[in-house]
Amino acid sequence: MSKLLVSPSPHIHASVSTKSLMRDVVLALLPAAIVSVVFYGIGELVVLGTSIASCLVLEYLITKYMLKKDCTVGDWSAVVTGLLLALNLPSSTPWWVVFIGAVVAIGVAKMTFGGLGQNVFNPALVGRVFLLVSFPTYMTDWKIPGGLFGADAVSGATPLGAIKEGLLGGAQLSDLTAQYNWSDMIFANIGGSAGEISALALLLGFGYLLLRKVVRPYITLSIWATVALVSLIFSLAAPEQFTGPVFNLLTGGMILGSCFMATDYVTSPMSIKGGIIFGIGIGFITMMIRYFGSYPEGMSFAILIMNATVPLLNNWFHQKKYGRA
Amino acid sequence: MSTTIIWTIAIIALLGLVLAVVLYFVAERFKVVEDPRIDEVEKVMPGANCGGCGFAGCRAFADAAVKAPNLDNNYCPVGGNEVMKKVAAILGYEVKEKAPMVAVVRCNGTCEARPRINDYDGYASCRVKAALYSGDTGCSFGCLGCGDCVAACQFGAISMDSATGLPVVDQEKCTACGACAKACPKAIIELRPKGPRGMRMYVSCVNKDKGPSVKQACANACIGCGICFKTCQHGAIVFENNVAYIDASKCKLCRECEAMCPTGAIHGVNFPKPLDKEAIKTRIKERNAKAAEAAKAAAAAPAKVEPEVKKEA
Amino acid sequence: MSRRTFSIGGVHPADNKISRECKIEVLPIPETVYIHLGQHIGAPAKPIVAVGDKVKVGQPVAEPGGFVSAFIHSSVSGTVKSIAPRKDLAGNPQMCIEIAAQGDEWMEGIDTTDTLITDFPDDAKSCLDKIKAAGIVGLGGATFPTHVKLTPPPGKKCDMLIINGCECEPYLTSDFRTLLEKGEQVAIGTAIIKNILGVDKATIAIEDNKPEAIKHMNEVLANLRKLSSKYAGISVLSLMKKYPEGGEKQLIDAVMHRQVASGGLPIDVGAVVQNVATALAVYDAVQKNKPIVENSVTVTGECFPKQANLLVRVGTPLKYIIDYLGGMPADAVKVISGGPMMGKAIANLDAATLKGTSALLFLTAKQTARGKEGNCIRCGKCAEACPMGLEPFLLNRLSRAGGMLDELEKNAVQDCIECGCCLYSCPANIPLLDVIRQSKAQVMGVIKARAAAKK
Repeated sequence: MSKLLVSPSPHIHASVSTKSLMRDVVLALLPAAIVSVVFYGIGELVVLGTSIASCLVLEYLITKYMLKKDCTVGDWSAVVTGLLLALNLPSSTPWWVVFIGAVVAIGVAKMTFGGLGQNVFNPALVGRVFLLVSFPTYMTDWKIPGGLFGADAVSGATPLGAIKEGLLGGAQLSDLTAQYNWSDMIFANIGGSAGEISALALLLGFGYLLLRKVVRPYITLSIWATVALVSLIFSLAAPEQFTGPVFNLLTGGMILGSCFMATDYVTSPMSIKGGIIFGIGIGFITMMIRYFGSYPEGMSFAILIMNATVPLLNNWFHQKKYGRA
Repeated sequence: MSTTIIWTIAIIALLGLVLAVVLYFVAERFKVVEDPRIDEVEKVMPGANCGGCGFAGCRAFADAAVKAPNLDNNYCPVGGNEVMKKVAAILGYEVKEKAPMVAVVRCNGTCEARPRINDYDGYASCRVKAALYSGDTGCSFGCLGCGDCVAACQFGAISMDSATGLPVVDQEKCTACGACAKACPKAIIELRPKGPRGMRMYVSCVNKDKGPSVKQACANACIGCGICFKTCQHGAIVFENNVAYIDASKCKLCRECEAMCPTGAIHGVNFPKPLDKEAIKTRIKERNAKAAEAAKAAAAAPAKVEPEVKKEA
Repeated sequence: MSRRTFSIGGVHPADNKISRECKIEVLPIPETVYIHLGQHIGAPAKPIVAVGDKVKVGQPVAEPGGFVSAFIHSSVSGTVKSIAPRKDLAGNPQMCIEIAAQGDEWMEGIDTTDTLITDFPDDAKSCLDKIKAAGIVGLGGATFPTHVKLTPPPGKKCDMLIINGCECEPYLTSDFRTLLEKGEQVAIGTAIIKNILGVDKATIAIEDNKPEAIKHMNEVLANLRKLSSKYAGISVLSLMKKYPEGGEKQLIDAVMHRQVASGGLPIDVGAVVQNVATALAVYDAVQKNKPIVENSVTVTGECFPKQANLLVRVGTPLKYIIDYLGGMPADAVKVISGGPMMGKAIANLDAATLKGTSALLFLTAKQTARGKEGNCIRCGKCAEACPMGLEPFLLNRLSRAGGMLDELEKNAVQDCIECGCCLYSCPANIPLLDVIRQSKAQVMGVIKARAAAKK
């Protein structure tokens, strides 16, 4: 007689795995990646390729030779990190800068903490912020999309950057915002890092994640609500100085950050309540940096700062338990 | 510029002073008065915090030892007699010396001897496995092989032998804290006296089933035949629930039971010479023959009623 | 209208009720039955027959060994061969009465006909005595002696009787078939239990993946209500399909919108829950004097050659059932007693069925193999799925750290109902429930010891 297999219940498993979740995130990011390649051309392809390839290779080398653990390259998480990192960089970033970003993201932010699931901060964001403070010239060389087939792209500033500089230079806010209308922002007609340019493509991907139940909407919605509320209050109080909700929701890394970076499993709180507070924190800090900070954009910093509060939020907020007050 | 520096230094210094005073009073207020001997005793303890003594750690043991009227119920198995002598010296008590102990794995069911009839697919823990079913083999008493004992040992004294699938105790490292014995859901591991020069005998099986089914499940098991019980001249074998057990306090290490055991379930370790089964068997045979003759003679002498009484040994 | 269900967590495993069209078929009597003395929660029963005794079907062979215990009856007529330990489903030796079958002679007084008796005695005491004498235990899985459950402690009042017809586990269809084929008997059994408890309302809760059963039970109840006023107050409630709806606490939440406090009993919130099969057994006991000697068992699995719902005598060897249906399929690696979420994997096919055996499920390696354990990615899917609102990821971490019993208790590990939703939904294949089950047992031990010390 053949041997019987014995194991504790349950005996069946849902068709979901770390790999399938990560693959879904990659799929969800694909529209944005394609849009950015179409608009920025070969340069963006190089950034994407370098970033993903170096993340994969670094993950493989580190797990195999430094940690001497089972190799985790197969779980697609390095692809997600690489893709997110690339979408956070300008398409003109030289390949070696991208590689340094990947080293920081995978090597420092992820592996030093013990690999997948153990990191405190979002690896792609750590990589991005490291590059932002180390190579500011490369990192702020934004291009107005010229297109894969169109004319050469023109160097320029992002809407947020332009406004910040303009305000510092004494210009009128209404003049500055007049050059951006919101359909441009949705349809990738403004300057920014690759992933920031098309809100529509990103939202499409986020919709897919919601549909597949990969992420829950609480964090994203609470960020949007907070950003809208804060900017509404400020823009009503001093319209000549502060930008309004629509502008703030559609520019910069808002969509990419709120849909894909803040909702990262590992670095976001477990409970719904915790997630909402996490989102409020991100929204508020982002707006404070945008309005009062020296950087034009605060999404990355806001998410990283709130990442640090996650253990506390997990400790404070728990799920509602059955039969307990 | 210089005023700023001076101010900064002054403020920090003042702050430090104020806080120091606060800290001092807080420390005074919440000071716990403790018997200084507790610290002394703790210092001579091994510091393993293994819980082998039955207390939460070395500090808890020291506390209990200081408060107890004598040391009868407090003994550190890890430190052994040496440490206990020091503790006794500090506290002015007498210490009862105990024979050093060692953990003994009483399962002999190697992979070869115990054919597998089931496979396990779940969390690799004996405790989880034991709660679920009897084990991968026909023996429901034997080692489950997931290594809970290995995980429990903080001295690195137990390791799994991949060839046999059984845990092996490194007797040099074993401190007899008993953590492994507690961790084993099948209660296979026992603390036994180390014995003179490490020589000791034990039955390496705890199967309480009846002979035939035991034999089917494991070739190395104690089948409860009772030969060892009949052989032993010192009354050291306790025979209960179809399984033999050697009472270490009575065992004279003659190795007769080991030689006679049909399945090799009785183990003798650390003997200088390998077991010479034939010599022992001849010795037992001669002794039995003599005994039979003596019995015959005794039976024959008083009344010559039944001369053809057969010997039963 | 939104579909009614329990409020926290839950998962949606594929239904796979592939044996739902199979009528309940009577399995021929095996040559030998092995009747376990511990078929229920509580003290094992004490044998009252000796080796060599002749017994008839339905004759008691063991009496309760304590307050929480139950009678056990012979399921065949024949001779007692032995009373000895025998390996059970898990391979652990348990006391068993071995009876060799000869013919099929029933005890006097047992009505074996199919005639439906709709009128039942009003006297609760006599009904309870009959239930106790028939050895009825909760057939939904917990096998808690029914007569104990139907005697609420003084001062506790029952507001509603819930008959659990959810059968939320995938693959299982025996309750479904019972509702379809013996709906009248279940309804009468429900009325009897309702009468014993003295409650006004009884609800037969059925998941909406079984519309036929819901329709049939509504018709049956309408007919019965015409006959007698005793059937007033019994209704059928359709619930949204979601696992573990059939869990006692989840069902009370879904039906009554009340939650049983941690450590409490359903009666604390005025609920008594009984399974469909138990209601049928109550009918048999009270109306027909028939003790539990047989129960319906679903035999199923994609790899199994023949799907079936069988009426099996208690103590039938599993091998006999499998051989009757065409033998063990070559690609089946695991046989489960019960459903795939909470059922127990069988280690020993020589074992025999118990009163509470509801299914034999055959799974292939592909269906059941666990994936390799990975790192926790903190997705929170386990917490989302937990119907008790616990945080399995946290309990897992605390358990593995060792010695964190206080923390585990604070995080309510003792509330775990072991439904398996956490492990089912973990993308990293972390054996959450394996670990949590252990620490739950430890914490329960601490709680019990503390309660005992208080007394």
